[in-house]
Amino acid sequence: MPLKVRRIENGTVLDHLPPGTAPLILDILNVDVERTTVLMAINVESSKMGRKDILKIEGKFLEEEEANRVALIAPNATVNIIRNYSVAEKFKVKPPERIEGIVRCPNPNCITNDEREPVEPVFIRESTDDLEYRCRYCERVIRAEQLRELLR
Amino acid sequence: MLENRHVISVRDFTREEIEVILDHAERMEEVYERGGDDRLSGKVLATLFFSPSTRTRLSFETAMLRLGGDVISLVGKEAASTAKGENLADTVRTVEKYCDAIVLRHPKEGAARLAADYASVPVINAGDGANQHPTQTFLDLYTIRKEKGRIEGLKVGLMGDLKYGRTVHSLAYALALFGAEIHLISPEELRMPRYIVRELEEAGAADVEEHRDVRPILGELDVLYVIRIQKEMFPDPEEYERVKGSYRITRELIEEHAREDLIIMHPLPRVDEVDPDVDELPQARYFDQVRNGVVVRMALLDLLLGGEE
Repeated sequence: MPLKVRRIENGTVLDHLPPGTAPLILDILNVDVERTTVLMAINVESSKMGRKDILKIEGKFLEEEEANRVALIAPNATVNIIRNYSVAEKFKVKPPERIEGIVRCPNPNCITNDEREPVEPVFIRESTDDLEYRCRYCERVIRAEQLRELLR
Repeated sequence: MLENRHVISVRDFTREEIEVILDHAERMEEVYERGGDDRLSGKVLATLFFSPSTRTRLSFETAMLRLGGDVISLVGKEAASTAKGENLADTVRTVEKYCDAIVLRHPKEGAARLAADYASVPVINAGDGANQHPTQTFLDLYTIRKEKGRIEGLKVGLMGDLKYGRTVHSLAYALALFGAEIHLISPEELRMPRYIVRELEEAGAADVEEHRDVRPILGELDVLYVIRIQKEMFPDPEEYERVKGSYRITRELIEEHAREDLIIMHPLPRVDEVDPDVDELPQARYFDQVRNGVVVRMALLDLLLGGEE
């Protein structure tokens, strides 16, 4: 089936995103939608996934660490860096070392849930397990899939 | 190595760094015995206690005074301007201007880490909610090493509320770092969380075993560390009623099952988990822990404020 969104000249294409997650991912990547051209395909057919989302961001070249933030929502996402209409670089996202600001801590007694304090939640990946994160503040260990549900 | 370091979590320290603290505490014994000296003269320690404590605050303050330093203190939520709505970050940025180090106890988990983010003087965590209380762990390790000459390879029983007990989580982690054999003794409802047990194995514990009953294992233990059931840690009061008193150390139990050279430890305060007539037994060490707490905190304050290792 021909792709419904056009090619971009320079920028980043995020592919293999779970269906319906593209708007959230755009949000997580802090894309300034008022100044950036973004092409979003939601719920398109995919041979691998059945259905998927695709995100094309014109003029923004995602660094690996930045792109890895996406892994929380789209663990199988692929990132294509496009230069002059062709793929200059391609990589799969990996679980990020550090998740800052985008996920709230599930522990209600964690200081990061106190609205009076000037603090952003920070989670650090456990060295022993790619899928576990520890709150930098209350030190509670949280599975990656649980973190996904706690996106702010 | 430790000058100006924050002391927030046992997890921030390597075995080697903890050994530096324990070694320094050993040297501090002599200073303690002669009533102190004046090496921290001119230094000011601020103790900020937003949740209740008796021994921890007094222990820190004594340690500072014994080394010739001064103490300023803010106790209870009402005393602090937090009553007027000031946040912890602002309180810390204010208090640090008055002192050379801050000791903080706060009901929220992660409070000490936040304070350390904002403070340029060392922050010592004296308990952040149910999370960490690192100096308790240091003094427990010190007591074990002092009594037994080593920690590695010892069989240490941790008994009581292993689910909510903050003390025992940090201590178990540190014991694992030192290669002890850890026996977890608790009622089913108060078992140590799975992720902590797994972490103990990964951190280097010689072995980790779980028991429902203390009797079968008591005769093998070098150390029995008992903690109370903390009512305030239970979200459900019914659960508390069900398990309280379901473990208890009595004189008969120790005399019948324990080795002569066992040591019994407890972070205090106790409720009814260790009978008062156990106090007279040669195995009881909990009031020695209190004493050792002062020695260890003297050592820590000295190291953080520039004393030679």
